[in-house]
Amino acid sequence: METGLDCLRLGQLATVLEINTDKSLKYRLQAFGFVPGTQVCCRYRTPGGSVTALEFRGTVVALRTRDMQKIRVRCL
Amino acid sequence: MTKSGERKITVALAGNPNVGKSTLFNRLTGLRQHTGNWPGKTVGVARGQTIRPGAVYTFVDLPGTYSLEGASEDERIAGEYLRSGEADCTVVVCDGSCLERSLILALQVLECCDRVVVCVNLVDEARRHGLVPDGEKLSARLGVPVVLTAAGQGEGVEALLSQIAETAAREVCPDRLVWQDPIAQAEQIARECVSGDKTQKAAFRRKVDKLLVSRRFGVPFLFLILFGIIWLTVWGANYPGILLENLFDMGYVGLSTLLKPLPWWLRGVLADGLYATSARVISVMLPPMAIFFPLFTILEDIGYLPRMAFLLDPCMARCGGCGKQALTMCMGLGCNAVGVTGCRIIDSPRERISAILTNAMIPCNGRFPTLILLGGLFFSGTGAALVVASCVALGVTGAMVSSGALNRTVFRRESSTFVMEMPPFRHPRLGQILVRSLLDRTLFVAGRALAVAAPAGVVLWVLSNTTLLQRVTGFLEPVGLALGMNGVILAAFILSLPANELLIPVILMALTRQGNIQAVAGVTQQVLQTAMTWQMGLCTMIFTVFHWPCSTTLLTIYRETGSIKKTAAAFILPTAVGCVLCVMLNLLF
Repeated sequence: METGLDCLRLGQLATVLEINTDKSLKYRLQAFGFVPGTQVCCRYRTPGGSVTALEFRGTVVALRTRDMQKIRVRCL
Repeated sequence: MTKSGERKITVALAGNPNVGKSTLFNRLTGLRQHTGNWPGKTVGVARGQTIRPGAVYTFVDLPGTYSLEGASEDERIAGEYLRSGEADCTVVVCDGSCLERSLILALQVLECCDRVVVCVNLVDEARRHGLVPDGEKLSARLGVPVVLTAAGQGEGVEALLSQIAETAAREVCPDRLVWQDPIAQAEQIARECVSGDKTQKAAFRRKVDKLLVSRRFGVPFLFLILFGIIWLTVWGANYPGILLENLFDMGYVGLSTLLKPLPWWLRGVLADGLYATSARVISVMLPPMAIFFPLFTILEDIGYLPRMAFLLDPCMARCGGCGKQALTMCMGLGCNAVGVTGCRIIDSPRERISAILTNAMIPCNGRFPTLILLGGLFFSGTGAALVVASCVALGVTGAMVSSGALNRTVFRRESSTFVMEMPPFRHPRLGQILVRSLLDRTLFVAGRALAVAAPAGVVLWVLSNTTLLQRVTGFLEPVGLALGMNGVILAAFILSLPANELLIPVILMALTRQGNIQAVAGVTQQVLQTAMTWQMGLCTMIFTVFHWPCSTTLLTIYRETGSIKKTAAAFILPTAVGCVLCVMLNLLF
């Protein structure tokens, strides 16, 4: 099933399909090794749900949920 | 080759943030660069030397980056340095417990540098989590030497040094490798070269994180920690403070007898000016710092600060900032100059400026003693701690509201983002924390304050023994009164521009006019209590939180922004907030 990364439940695994965020964010994510094909999992959310911590490649990176809408993933 | 026949080798240390690069640098050079478990700890470039038979190594510790081509200041610095070819050898420091991500940068470095040694650090942590990196296999895959190290324990450091010497002497191979798709390559290589169960590490961290950043307990826990630290600092600083003051009083008596044969003015300058001011500054500021810095260093060491940024981002986002600003504000609690420098981790230039401009509203360690003293003077027991905590809360609120206002008006709001790595938890090395934070930070800051306090004491004594100080305070009296304070206190604020720790000593010296009061314990409290009402005390506390930054911070702001206008704004903004609050409070009473 294809969906936005923000719609993933905590603990659900997915594969990144495309990253349509603005260029600078896309680039910063790429530096972490976050590119199409990367396996990703949502780990934690802040109380309001506006920030999510993603786990991929053995690293945890926090990202705003708003920005995650523009990242398409396929659920595993 | 130098004349003595010793080789000079320049070595660049590159690597991701949080892979123990600074720890390795300290091991290699014997320097004590401050380390911490959060991305962006090392800002700017540090250099250090170490001498071994036959070679002098100069190490250049580059800021930790995830990439060499990015737009951020750190990435630019690191990338430019590596491409300049100044280094004879480049060491890429990788995280043995998370090799895959480290290798992405390593492959980029391999593309742009000739002589490279890959250092797989934190192998102890990797082993603890059941991961075994294979150095030989990795070396064969990358085509460069690989050394396994555990810098915290000093393991493999000598092997690294000899490998560097060997590599630096090697002929350069004319064509460098080009790695197609480094991310996929890194994934592949890491899979081949690391054996063991990767899930073990993740399971441990998840357990801890579940507690610390949980939706229900995360935020209350955060405030509990912050309040706990402030409370411990306020409460714990009391006793050693009195002890130190008594000690210095004895010293004062001894010094006075010793200086008897000198002319009165020289005696005054030395004993009442230089000695008394320095002694007051030390006894008032050393105890809180000696408690605050170790506690804060523990938070830093275990990696709690990025979690704090994570938890506070939603709150900061409402002010148009990001979670990283919360982190710089916490650093400001220690020292505003450090907080301002720390603002480099904020990605958006506009948010960075507004964070810099408002950082001085967070009461730093130099102002804590003033708040504690005044709070204790006019409010009793727990009330004092509560008042001090509210002052800090007020400072934080002020900083957030004004940076929100800046982000909405002057700096037209741009879409802000927040991307931050949350590093794995590390066990705090308690012994090291104590030594580091006490010796390096506390004594460093105390030394800096003392360097200002000693000459300032002399100047103050001269000022107060001529009619100059009286004239200044008289001139400032109406302004001071309008602000709910008086001329003396306002003059003291102006005179303590070099260092905030000077405030109370200056007030005391000015209040006692002739400057011949002895630094007897209890007198501080007595003098202040007779000269100030509690309303005045409250206004002074608020003005302590909101006034111009100290000269060190101003200089740092100028260095970071490169603009006199912005430095002036950093001066005016908190002062304006303080004036408005004090005038309002004064009208209320």
